[in-house]
Amino acid sequence: MGDTPPDPEPRPQQPSSRRSSQVSQRRSRELSHLPPTISEEVPRIAFDDRVLQSGQGILASQNNFQDWSSGPLLTQQENLTMFQAEEDQLGGVEYPSLNMGFQPQPYLEEGGIQAARNTSLMQQLQQGQGSLFQQLNSAYLETQPNFLGQFSMYQGEDLQFNQGAPHGPYMRDDPALQYSPSELGFMPFNVEVPEPEPRELAVQNAKAYLLQTSVSCSLSLYEHLVNLLTKILNQRPEDPLSLLESLNRTTQWEWFHPRLDTMRDDPEMEPTYETADRQKGLFLRSGAAGEGEQEMEEEVAETAVPNVMETAFYFEQAGVALSSDESFRIFMALKQLVEQQPIHTCRFWGKVLGLSRSYLVAEVEFREGEEEGEEEEVEEPMEGGEGLDAHAEEEGEEDEEKVTDVIPKPMWKPPPVIPKEESRSGTNKYLYFVCNEPGRPWTRLPHVTPIQIVQARKIKKFFTGYLDAPVISFPPFPGNEASYLRAQIARISAATHISPLGFYQFGEEEGDEEEGGAGRDSYEENPDFEGIPVLELVDSMANWVHHTQHILPQGRCTWVNPLQKTEEEEELGEEEEKADEGLEDMEQEVGPPLLTPLSEDAEIMHMSPWTAHLSCSLCPQYSVAVMRSNLWPGAYAYASGKKFENIYIGWGHKYSPENFNPPLPAPIQHEYPSSPEVMEMTDPTVEEEQALKAAQEQALAASEEEEEDEEEDEDEDLED
Amino acid sequence: MDAESLLLSLELASGSGQGLSPDRRASLLTSLTLVKRDYRYDRVLFWGRILGLVADYYIAQGLSEDQLAPRKTLYSLNCMEWSLLPPATEDMVVQTSVVKGRFMGDPSHEYEHTELQKMSEGEKVFEEEVVVQIKEETRLVSVIDQIDKAVAVIPRGALFKTPFGPIHVNRTFEGLSLSEAKKLSSYFHFREPVELKNKTLLEKADLDPSLDFMDSLEHDIPKGSWSIQMERGNALVVLRSLLWPGLTFFHAPRTKNCGYIYVGTGEKNIDLPFML
Repeated sequence: MGDTPPDPEPRPQQPSSRRSSQVSQRRSRELSHLPPTISEEVPRIAFDDRVLQSGQGILASQNNFQDWSSGPLLTQQENLTMFQAEEDQLGGVEYPSLNMGFQPQPYLEEGGIQAARNTSLMQQLQQGQGSLFQQLNSAYLETQPNFLGQFSMYQGEDLQFNQGAPHGPYMRDDPALQYSPSELGFMPFNVEVPEPEPRELAVQNAKAYLLQTSVSCSLSLYEHLVNLLTKILNQRPEDPLSLLESLNRTTQWEWFHPRLDTMRDDPEMEPTYETADRQKGLFLRSGAAGEGEQEMEEEVAETAVPNVMETAFYFEQAGVALSSDESFRIFMALKQLVEQQPIHTCRFWGKVLGLSRSYLVAEVEFREGEEEGEEEEVEEPMEGGEGLDAHAEEEGEEDEEKVTDVIPKPMWKPPPVIPKEESRSGTNKYLYFVCNEPGRPWTRLPHVTPIQIVQARKIKKFFTGYLDAPVISFPPFPGNEASYLRAQIARISAATHISPLGFYQFGEEEGDEEEGGAGRDSYEENPDFEGIPVLELVDSMANWVHHTQHILPQGRCTWVNPLQKTEEEEELGEEEEKADEGLEDMEQEVGPPLLTPLSEDAEIMHMSPWTAHLSCSLCPQYSVAVMRSNLWPGAYAYASGKKFENIYIGWGHKYSPENFNPPLPAPIQHEYPSSPEVMEMTDPTVEEEQALKAAQEQALAASEEEEEDEEEDEDEDLED
Repeated sequence: MDAESLLLSLELASGSGQGLSPDRRASLLTSLTLVKRDYRYDRVLFWGRILGLVADYYIAQGLSEDQLAPRKTLYSLNCMEWSLLPPATEDMVVQTSVVKGRFMGDPSHEYEHTELQKMSEGEKVFEEEVVVQIKEETRLVSVIDQIDKAVAVIPRGALFKTPFGPIHVNRTFEGLSLSEAKKLSSYFHFREPVELKNKTLLEKADLDPSLDFMDSLEHDIPKGSWSIQMERGNALVVLRSLLWPGLTFFHAPRTKNCGYIYVGTGEKNIDLPFML
């Protein structure tokens, strides 16, 4: 179709001229008693012309419709398409008509005379499913002036029929009855078909070629181009030529992925809607009708829910914050938590990121005297250890009866279990609740045990987001992810919860230090705190103090000597006592006392463990002092005036400049005590063996000589 | 993330907790438009922030018409004045691989690294300790380059390749569907493909040459070094890299919003295999 490009320009003139000539032909030949048909034929003719020429180029056919803009057909076309009030006939009117040929449904829904007439014509076309023959058929129909007389008669009948018939979507079936296929079919053969102009033939051929459906799908290039141009004209993007390729791809994709019916729910969006429903519950205030006023009063009074929004605002100044709507949802979720549990104070501790899901952590303190319902899982390992010892003893006793074999007792004793700290003290000062997303229920984390902290220091694992996931590591972590999370929370709290100097002070003086230097473990707010100027907070680290207790290497905040025997353990016998005393003496572990300033913090490889800066250097008078921890990346603290807060948002791991080196496996244990009967003697060497052999031979020779002597003596005696 | 949709992108990427304070945001909006005008870039991306001990570096990148052409990197300490960084070379990467630890925050800071070098004087060959000075700027350049090559992400369909060669932004990209958004194979590395030629012919037959011309994240080693999460109840998909912690890629499915930002210390997480 190399000649098509220049055609669009001359085309507009030709069709109109042709049309006018044909119209004049029509008028000359038409029966005068069918005046309505004239106006109708004009569009019909124009339509057929367009059908003929559509293969040439869509722009060309668009121009044909300049004449077609008159008449009611226009409205029908406009109704057909997605266009609203397209003023440009080129765009607005063209496509539906083109589509009519091949997508009969939208157009044929119309009632109306002209529609019916055109549909009748279209049905003729469609009966061949848009095949070339039908189009040629219609072309021939057009170019037969005498033949048209017959056709016009049909139209007249059709017209009369249709005028009386009701409008509606079922109309299209009826006119088809008028034209039986056989009648249609035989018409061209009856009449001499004059040779069509070569140009028309070329057009028809081109269009037929374009209408071929692709082998891999039922889409033909013609339909695709129609869709593509429809889309472009609908959307009117800037610089469409550069977009052409992308649009091409998108249009093709859309053909095979039609938009779903609005009545059906989109299956992909289900989880989104579920979450939205769940979060909606957060925003609804719960409460019966009668208690409305009382609730208002209670809420206006003190509530344990922290002012998350204010904290989020300050942290946003510092450059650390979750988005504001997420902060608000967290606020609502905390409010829900406070309503559900007997909570005295509550604080948003932070967010721990995980692989599949993240954790939102809330630090709460229950009201005085509230039962916490702990499960006593810590007792089990101790009992297990004792059971083993007892079992070994029994075996030993049994075997002592058999003198020969004594099963040696295992020398390994499990290290003494350090008891966990009491609730509301040390590492278990606060209770922690976690949830994955605001709207989901809060889960309580168990208290942390010292052994968990000790092991957590040795491993480094990502959190998956599921609390019951196992933590597979070496050395094995005693617990699942919930315990690991709790242990990390404890470590982070102990290391990074700081406050400006003077905000907290010690309670009543407890006298001088207790024996053993246990130190004080409680503090209270200082009512006379005046606030430290922000610049000073940033300049010197001595203006900040830790207000959580340091965790000793033992895993607790207050030291406990595990070797102190309880009454039960004394029954195990004195042997073990002696064995224990043989081990290193447990020294009391001491850590920095409470309320130590940050300047005392150990450096990490010549790097200060904290970075301080103002939130906004451009306006220091209103900014906020921000401390960022270098030891636990993600831990931040801000202070401004009398307010301060800590938060942690991160993966939950400590920073170490060196690589993580997992500890090596323990050395292989000795299996049994060495004793002479078990010891393997070294084999004699070759020289020793030979010496022994020589000695034996000598002894043998000596004994033989003696025998011989004796025999000789005997023989001599006998002989005598 | 695109400088034009900076505010929305920052909002969407804030799930990792690292964002920008309002004054920085305001200065970025202004200064990035000026950068675009002055350097005549086609698109300016706000790359992220590298946290130093004393100060932070704010990094931006400028792209030309061809999206995969080497990008120009700029840095700033106050989000207002931007300085162009030299392009990264292999030597730089090798040289700075010996430097460990945090960034200082001072571009003129020099790291000292002693290494043994063989010096030959005449006939004697002996080893001598040489103190090599490495500038922090060099380290910055190489770290940014490494992060880009390793973990810069773009969703499938956001760029398309024309037959003439250059790669353009796909303006009709309507976003991934929800089912596609949860798969790692719908995301590509935003760099020249490395693994693509190793694919078998059978796999390549299914690829679309104008869309699938980059490596996907699916075959990254170690496996599991990406964490995919849906936030805001399936309205946002967030990819976080575990190899370079701090890189967050976000995409709102069925919309055009996507982008990535790096806010972190600029150190690779070498302990990753232990942590998975």
